[in-house]
Amino acid sequence: MQSRPFLRPLLSALALAGGLVSMAPAMAAEEVSLYTTREPKLIQPLLDAYTKESGVKVNTVFVKDGLLERVKAEGAQSPADVLMTVDVGNLLDLVAGGVTQPVSSKTLESVIPANLRGTDGQWFALSLRDRVLYVEKDLPLTSFTYESLADPKWKGKVCIRAGQHPYNTALIAAMIAHDGAEKTEKWLRDVKANLGRKATGGDRDVARDILGGICDIGLANAYYVGQMKNAEPGTDARKWGDAIKVIRPTFANEKSGGTHVNISGAAVAKHAPHKEGAVKLLEYLVSEPAQALYAQANYEYPVRRGIKLDPVVASFGELKIDPLSVTEIAKHRKQASELVDKVGFDN
Amino acid sequence: MSAQLDLTHLTLAYDTPQGLRTVVDDITLSLDSGHIGCLLGASGCGKTTILRAIAGFEPVRSGDISLDGQVLSSAYVHRPPETRRVGMMFQDYALFPHLTVAENVGFGLRKLTRDARRARVGTLLDMVGLGASATHYPHELSGGQQQRVALARALAPEPDLLLLDEPFSNLDVDTRERLAFEVRDILKATGHTAILVTHNQAEAFAIADRIGVMQNGHVVQWDTPYNLHHHPADAFVAQFVRREHLAEQRAQALQRGRVAAPGE
Amino acid sequence: MAPLPSSRRWSLSHRAEGGWGWLLAAGAIALLVALPVIALAYAALGGTESLAHWLHLARFVLPDAALNTLALLAGVGVVVTLLGTGSAWLVTAFDFPSKRVLSWALLLPLAVPTYIVAFAYLDLLHPIGPIQTALRAVLGYDSPRQFRLPDLRALPGAIFVLGVVLYPYVYLSTRMMFMTQAANLLEAARTLGHGRFGVFFRVMLPLARPAVAVGVSLALLETLNDIGASEFLGVQTLTVSVYTTWVTRSDLAGAAQIALSMLIIVVALILFERHGRRRQRYANTQRMRPMQPRRLRGAAAFGAIVLGWIPVVLGFVAPAVYLMVETGKRLHLVGGVSAQLLASTRNTLTLALVATVVTLIAGLIVAWAGRQLRESARAQPGRLMARVASLGYALPGTVLAIGLLAPLTLFDRALAATFSTTGLFLMGSSLALVIAYTMRFLAISTGAIEAGLARIPASLEQASRLLGEPPGRTLWRVHLPLLRPALATGALLVFVDAMKELPATLLLRPMNFDTLATWLYAEAARGTYEEGAVAALIIVLAGLLPVVLLARTQLKIGR
Repeated sequence: MQSRPFLRPLLSALALAGGLVSMAPAMAAEEVSLYTTREPKLIQPLLDAYTKESGVKVNTVFVKDGLLERVKAEGAQSPADVLMTVDVGNLLDLVAGGVTQPVSSKTLESVIPANLRGTDGQWFALSLRDRVLYVEKDLPLTSFTYESLADPKWKGKVCIRAGQHPYNTALIAAMIAHDGAEKTEKWLRDVKANLGRKATGGDRDVARDILGGICDIGLANAYYVGQMKNAEPGTDARKWGDAIKVIRPTFANEKSGGTHVNISGAAVAKHAPHKEGAVKLLEYLVSEPAQALYAQANYEYPVRRGIKLDPVVASFGELKIDPLSVTEIAKHRKQASELVDKVGFDN
Repeated sequence: MSAQLDLTHLTLAYDTPQGLRTVVDDITLSLDSGHIGCLLGASGCGKTTILRAIAGFEPVRSGDISLDGQVLSSAYVHRPPETRRVGMMFQDYALFPHLTVAENVGFGLRKLTRDARRARVGTLLDMVGLGASATHYPHELSGGQQQRVALARALAPEPDLLLLDEPFSNLDVDTRERLAFEVRDILKATGHTAILVTHNQAEAFAIADRIGVMQNGHVVQWDTPYNLHHHPADAFVAQFVRREHLAEQRAQALQRGRVAAPGE
Repeated sequence: MAPLPSSRRWSLSHRAEGGWGWLLAAGAIALLVALPVIALAYAALGGTESLAHWLHLARFVLPDAALNTLALLAGVGVVVTLLGTGSAWLVTAFDFPSKRVLSWALLLPLAVPTYIVAFAYLDLLHPIGPIQTALRAVLGYDSPRQFRLPDLRALPGAIFVLGVVLYPYVYLSTRMMFMTQAANLLEAARTLGHGRFGVFFRVMLPLARPAVAVGVSLALLETLNDIGASEFLGVQTLTVSVYTTWVTRSDLAGAAQIALSMLIIVVALILFERHGRRRQRYANTQRMRPMQPRRLRGAAAFGAIVLGWIPVVLGFVAPAVYLMVETGKRLHLVGGVSAQLLASTRNTLTLALVATVVTLIAGLIVAWAGRQLRESARAQPGRLMARVASLGYALPGTVLAIGLLAPLTLFDRALAATFSTTGLFLMGSSLALVIAYTMRFLAISTGAIEAGLARIPASLEQASRLLGEPPGRTLWRVHLPLLRPALATGALLVFVDAMKELPATLLLRPMNFDTLATWLYAEAARGTYEEGAVAALIIVLAGLLPVVLLARTQLKIGR
């Protein structure tokens, strides 16, 4: 006679909740935990290869944003062993935020050049990412300087992602280091006037928009081109890749200017429960097979010398790395970001 | 099964930003066991408030309400409504729309076994003449039928007192009259004490053994219908009860032998 | 002497009885919801950045972001009002072929989250996308360099995209209002000399204003919350500024400050909605006779069909077809669906289900406490608590998540310290997400249940009590069964919203835990749109079922 319409769904939901709670992590012996902002597609092959070789399981948290906030908030209970991210600014933020610890490893020190790792072993570069010019493939252009992006002849022909994106603020910071803040501010205003569409989207959208006729040139990272040009024929990615060619721009100062590169790198977490396992993982990532994966599978530029490049990447020509110290670049990041705001670049 | 109701110096009032507002002022009356009382008055005289206080939905400022000597409400005591053994019929019937007629009537019989409950529900439905409608839902019945179900439901747990809050107002005139007499018959048969609240003199005179004419929170006269009619306490009462068609109704009722003869 | 209003009489009883239990429970919930706001205020004040940085933000970032946000809100407000009210009227006042299907089809865009519709249109309307390619073929151009439409990535584009997917909020509330208007009101207006248009503008619209207010404020709150569409389309709104300030500059204090200033707009919208909802309660007391729709024929019918279906095509059909085609391409190319996608699907469904149950229970407590304490001495706290409980819905997901991070991990640390365990209880499991979702969506369940409770007469509760059932058992035996439609409505809405949620999930999810939304976002960020389309399609399909059921329950009245 009484209706009990709620008991069953209520009980099953409670059971589910219990199930979810029990999904809390258990720490086993052969494990190491990685917090990374890199996309799973890029990193998973590397980690799978590591697990295959060493038998160590890698628990990965892919955090899009707020890695520092999260690790900081977790405090001493944090299960993170290795923190991996892109952009030297982010890496230095981790160090400054007090969530890393120095480690020493002969392997890491011998493979990675000194200007691409923290002096006290607080962070290490694992791969390089040069920021290059995508050009409409039929455009007669063979060389370029970053500064000439502001030239009025490119009015309405430039595509680029958001100025506040770390890839761009790193470049702008490098420009401040080379040319000074005033010149850089003017450069930003002129580039904004040259934009064919709002500064938004991703790097691959530069290629897509070049194909779509919205612009003729744009700044983006080189490894995307490797991905696009190597994609299956007939896919959109392939179409976009085939519509462009790549020029490696340099800073105007011929003597000391080169192509701007950023890095992807990692650090060992301060409260890492498996410190040795963390270092082992890092050493694996700079080993030849791993670096070859970075180069061949990710189309990034390896930090280790002597690794064979993917043919598409090799076709861009020689990479003259801008000799500016990455820590120097990091110093100007805040200023770069503020200039972007001041100019209203993304608005 | 039925009890004597006593209201002793009952005052119902509440605080407003403008000060104390007294709704019912120092009422004393007594209703014998098995009798049917009625509080009669215009809107706002406080009659409904008294009923709700008896039910336990209004707090008592001073004085007390007791059933068979046991205090239900006073300034210091307040028994929750669910423990009061008081039944109630509502103006809007208040039947549970998601339950059948039988389930409605059996609602207060949770403590009985299923068989005992079914038996009791059957008895009550037969008593109100709705034995065939046990599996219907309230919205399938007419207003009059719904009110009868409400009566059965209120009586099912064998309350000490039955309250009727203008139960016939939502019915049409003919049903109203018929139902009023039926309810009285049933109550007299079962011997329940009951108190009715209404603004309709015809109903009052048809049903009640004692009628309290109310005005502005006071009971002006608490007496038998006959006395109210022939010996009104003051001009207000006199004017209130003296209606031409009323005399006719009383004549009819007397003929049917339904109203107590004077002096009972 | 005037009679006491029934609500007043009812409340007197509760002053005598207590009801502290309900007050405490509701108070606890409200406090929990307020927690992120308090944490935010704390973070904003305790800024590590200097005053100079705040001044920089105030001078260069805030004004444009605020202007963009207000312009976006205004534009979206206009679009959803026109589309929502117009389609509601079309479907209530007229009869034409396909009208019955249309009346619930107009709700379909609810299944499509804002970031997915932006993602779809960016591709659809791109110069090398299907629409412009077809257009060029028709006009005889070969290359997009010869002819192309203005870029979608601008404020007008954002207004279009958001308007076309958020109008159902206005449609839903306005249609309910139109359907319950007494036909005799309209007839009276007609006899007083108003033609059909006159009746619409001078009687129906003013009457429907409260419903429109409710719908518009919900749509605008969604607009404020949106991060995906604004970011993809390059509109620097306040939400985007909060996000980028925090993400690219790791400036929590600055982000918290911008977020707090957003609350001004949010509070304004909440008040606007509550005002509208209150006025809606003054329902027509006459007997309701739904209006007789006018049958259309010929050209007028054709026009009605076209006009009526346009919002559905724009807001649902175009994005859905796009997603299906892209998914087809993807499956054809790769020949299957990854295990990760399946795991994400499972996670999403489980999480949404648990969150729905918890949110319903919490909403029931808040709504019930509110009803028990209505207009009594304790009513002010009761109503205040209901309002506080609504705040979570208005907080953008990112902001809520930042606000929650500190208290949750504090709790985890305290728990670990007390029981000497390692590992994070809340942050390590998806309970943190359930808590965030509950806060975010409490207003939906509370609102639905409040509306349902309001339809239950007080006499039913009194009858139950006099039949021996104390308030708790009365709730169980009487109110809950009668609340089933309201609970179902609330459950469906919460479930759909939980499935679509993105920003808070991105931050608070535990290890190796992906929902469809976060997986999709990762794919979109990487630029592999075709793979993201599969996840997007699943979200939309899953979101369809509740929307269709909602459409059938809500519109059962208008037969």
